[in-house]
Amino acid sequence: MSKNKSKVNKNALSRFHYSTDQVIDKPFNWEQLWRLLTYLKPYSKKLLPLSIVTVLITTAIRLIIPILIGVYTLDKAIRQKDGTLLFTLVGIIAGLYVINYIANVLRIRWMNELGQGVIYDLRKHLFSHVQWLSHRFFDQRSAGSILVRIMNDINSLQELFTNGVINLLMDIILLAGIIVILFTLSPELTLAVMVILPIMFFISTSLRKNIRRSWQDVRIKQAKLNSHLNESIQGIRVTQSFTQEQENMAFFDGVNTETFDSWKTATKKNAMFRPMVELTNAVGTAVLIWYGVHLIQGGSLELGEFVSFAFYLGMFWEPISRLGQVYNQLLIGMASSERIFEFLDEQPIVDEKHDAMNLDDIKGRIQFENVEFSYDANRKALKNIDLEMKAGQTVALVGHTGSGKTTIANLISRFYDPTKGEVKIDGINLRDVTVSSLRNQISIVLQDTFIFSGTIKDNIRFGRPDASDEEVRKAAEAIGANEFIEKLSGGYDTEVEERGNVLSVGERQLLSFARALLANPRIIILDEATASIDTETEVKIQNALKKLLAGRTAIIIAHRLSTIRESDNIFVLENGKIKESGNHDELMDQEGDYYELVKSQFKMLEAM
Amino acid sequence: METFKKLKAYYWPYKKYFFISMFFLLFVTGITVVYPIILQKTIDDVILQGNYKWIPYLAFGFVGIMILKGITTFIQQYCGDLFGITSVYRLRNELYEKLQFLPFSYYDNAKTGDLMSRLTADVEAFRFFLSFGFTELLRFFLLITVSFGVMFYYSPSLTFVTLASLPFLAITVYKFDKAVHPAFRGIRKSFGKLNTNVQENISGINTVKSLSREEFQINKFNSSNGDYKDKYLFTSDIWAKYFPLMEFLGNVSVVTLLAYGGYLVMNGNLQPGELVAFYSLVWYIIWPIMNLGFTINLFSQSKASGERLLEILEVDEKIKDHDSVVDVDKMKGDVEFNHVTLNYTEHDEAALEDITFKAESGKVIGLIGSTGSGKTSITQLMTRFYEPTKGEILIDGKTLSDYSLKSLRNNIGVVLQESFLFSSTIKANISYGRPEATMEEIIEAAKMAQAHDFITELPDGYDTKLGERGLGLSGGQKQRIAIARALCTDPSILILDDATSAVDMETEFRIQKALKNVMSDRTTFIIAHRISSLKHADEILVMENGKIVERGVHDFLLKNNGPYQRIYDIQYQDQKKILQTQGR
Repeated sequence: MSKNKSKVNKNALSRFHYSTDQVIDKPFNWEQLWRLLTYLKPYSKKLLPLSIVTVLITTAIRLIIPILIGVYTLDKAIRQKDGTLLFTLVGIIAGLYVINYIANVLRIRWMNELGQGVIYDLRKHLFSHVQWLSHRFFDQRSAGSILVRIMNDINSLQELFTNGVINLLMDIILLAGIIVILFTLSPELTLAVMVILPIMFFISTSLRKNIRRSWQDVRIKQAKLNSHLNESIQGIRVTQSFTQEQENMAFFDGVNTETFDSWKTATKKNAMFRPMVELTNAVGTAVLIWYGVHLIQGGSLELGEFVSFAFYLGMFWEPISRLGQVYNQLLIGMASSERIFEFLDEQPIVDEKHDAMNLDDIKGRIQFENVEFSYDANRKALKNIDLEMKAGQTVALVGHTGSGKTTIANLISRFYDPTKGEVKIDGINLRDVTVSSLRNQISIVLQDTFIFSGTIKDNIRFGRPDASDEEVRKAAEAIGANEFIEKLSGGYDTEVEERGNVLSVGERQLLSFARALLANPRIIILDEATASIDTETEVKIQNALKKLLAGRTAIIIAHRLSTIRESDNIFVLENGKIKESGNHDELMDQEGDYYELVKSQFKMLEAM
Repeated sequence: METFKKLKAYYWPYKKYFFISMFFLLFVTGITVVYPIILQKTIDDVILQGNYKWIPYLAFGFVGIMILKGITTFIQQYCGDLFGITSVYRLRNELYEKLQFLPFSYYDNAKTGDLMSRLTADVEAFRFFLSFGFTELLRFFLLITVSFGVMFYYSPSLTFVTLASLPFLAITVYKFDKAVHPAFRGIRKSFGKLNTNVQENISGINTVKSLSREEFQINKFNSSNGDYKDKYLFTSDIWAKYFPLMEFLGNVSVVTLLAYGGYLVMNGNLQPGELVAFYSLVWYIIWPIMNLGFTINLFSQSKASGERLLEILEVDEKIKDHDSVVDVDKMKGDVEFNHVTLNYTEHDEAALEDITFKAESGKVIGLIGSTGSGKTSITQLMTRFYEPTKGEILIDGKTLSDYSLKSLRNNIGVVLQESFLFSSTIKANISYGRPEATMEEIIEAAKMAQAHDFITELPDGYDTKLGERGLGLSGGQKQRIAIARALCTDPSILILDDATSAVDMETEFRIQKALKNVMSDRTTFIIAHRISSLKHADEILVMENGKIVERGVHDFLLKNNGPYQRIYDIQYQDQKKILQTQGR
């Protein structure tokens, strides 16, 4: 372990790279704040005004009490030895405290309801919006970075909406109230004492910002440390296989030292904060004592007024400190809301026409007429595609990676609209129909089957949540998944999760078939798996597949020759164009690209 | 306290920070109580007595004392923090070292999420207690005792009257604390659920979209989202119920203070300044009591965290070097299994049973069989990730445990089933097992693994940084980098565990051709499901339920009427059918 903590070994630190997606504050942006505040609108009739009223009540009581105690109780009652007045005043103060208590109970309740309401709405809005964004949106981002926006960025606005906005109001009133009251008590003493105000504001904003930056640095370093920890646990088998334990420890010590160093800096600055505040307050008190007593000596200030002054002076810091906090929250909120709005401004690529109609039950005839498509301006993914798939046919798409197979599938399920030309189902242009009525009749079985946490039953039912247990079982039986499900400890009620080891790859595949079968789509798109499945399971899957495809229009993106061979029609794609089409026998007779493809694969198998 | 004693090694070396912090805390508390006293003196001895000449001294004295307080507060807090972060620096390094060397069998049962929460949240809770917990407890007693003393000195009867509401306050604090912690746990749990919900949705977004379940997912999300809101409001209601009550009880003290104190002043039994001082002192007792629940909770949390950390630190590293191990620079690569049996745990059935085979240097051994038949277990025994329950394993004629772990594993290159890549450059990933490898060697390894071409097509080539789990690369590309990583160490024994499952046939063919050239001076083990991947092996072991049920070369097994032939028939029926159509 390195003893030399301030010196970080740069060489060891370059071993891994972690990008950190951290909230850094942003300059103030009125437009953005305004947009954020529009989320308060649904509450502007009831919760917002109610909260404000309770805040005003508690603030007023806090402002009145020091005068009641200092000027009235001390000067007018106690020092004048007026017992009745003393007890009347004590009674009034007690009454105010009771009101304060009630107002506080309501304030906390209402403000939280308001804040949580806004956070709930905002999160709901963001999630629903993201849900409808295109594949491309998700392909370009890691799951983690999307998660952070929906969870953490929204949470960082929580404080702002629960307390921030209303506290802002309260603190401004409190501060102004204190200054006004002090002025009425004694203008010259107020002016003298107010020398500390600018210092306090400086500490509360600039110094606090500086400190927060240091903490931010700590958090970034810690995030890096945690990323590495996470990765090193997941990759421990690789590390031990390659005996890189010592080398990793050197790296970790480097990151750990970096974290330690930035923590030390932050904590040092942080420890200076309170003393600075208190010292500033002390200067104020010293001024009060010196000048205040001088005024008492001159007869222009009463003792009780002096005491009230001391109380108010002690109250200065709190609103200023909180204003500084709100200011900081706002800056953080700017960064978070910018990131949130960036997602909200993202448009779904498929635009539904406002007069789009619902697609009735389809037969499943698919036509591409002169279709052209490009994901970005530079490269056309599809060029002049004309094809027809008859209802109930099984059609295979063959070609190398990037030849356009998946793009065709994406256009059929309308994840994108073609750049040119038309895609039709049963003769109806897809642009004229609603997306959900179309997709409800299409199922896509993907290479990587995603298992949601929940029971096996729920997972099969995912494509049709209203299916009965009996229907679920039938679907599983038809696919041949029944056998392994029954063997599980809880049968259909066994809890599974995404990265759990309960299911093997092949079993997942069968589950996804059962899922698709239950959804009973007219069109089915299969992105065939190439993952490692042992041969026995593979046989089962091939059989299940036949069941699944029967009576539907099926589009198969495949590498396996047997599936392709048996399909009714084969389209061979290259660079976004259809090179050949026909069934296996026809294409073999033609001795074109397909023939070459089959032959070369076959040769390789023999040569290995 | 047992927990803290066991963890002593991690924080006690830094005890000087702790003692400095404690020492200065005495000053800080003392000076805190000075403020009301100065106020009292100003009122009673200066203003009311007319001793105005004292004023400058009082004012400067006050500022002087506050400067002193500032300095002591700074030292106290900074040293407390240092105590925590220095200890945690050390603790983290030790935890990490421990994790690096824990055996596979530990990780078989450990969940990454659980380990991570120990390494982050528990470490943090422990630090927080070291930095604040101890001092907060001490501050609590000091502040209350000193304030109480001063009040008692001014007026015993007023002290008791004023503090009469304290028992009620204590009860409220206790009740609040009992109610609020489960509520907070509820929030955390609900947030965790919401988090899982969103994460799952995003990771499975392709599935969601392909079955057009967006609406369904939104509804599911909304109910979690609503639950989180409800849990939060439930907690804030507890807050609303107790917090204003605590404040109110504190204010009751103020009211009784004014009534009875005012009465005392009128009777001349109390100085006005003393009354004012009381007003401040009361809060020095009320605040710490309101915070007591928090402090105690801190203590019990850090104790639980400490226990969870000890669980990691005290795990036994079962596989270690014994004293007389040898370091071997380059092994020949002769592998021999003699009647090897493996049970992962005592209760498990045997994962391997009576395995015997011999693999000479330069030979290729193929392993085939269904999932769970024991293929991977064989390779994990070779690298000593597990120890055989029975039998012995020899390399170059010596038992595995006679080699140092480092030299043993350095001589074996493994490509694991799941190709895990680190967040680093492609270059660093390939040279992971041999960081000193030259660029030429890295490129050569990449070329053999058929990775060179696609790497050079990337904008940054070999310097391309890979993100979380190799984001941006296809499964086949990741596998090829993992193969290059193993080849880069130039191992005497190469293990390919289902290493080409995501690679297309053409590329696999080319990888095998490239490997053939370098296989002559090493032993190669190939685990695969496709017969095409291992038909060229010098010996093929067919596994079933932990046993070798068939062995021999491809041509022999093909006619052996066993499981191998069955697998072959299934896999090659495509070819046969195509042959038929061709021959038509």
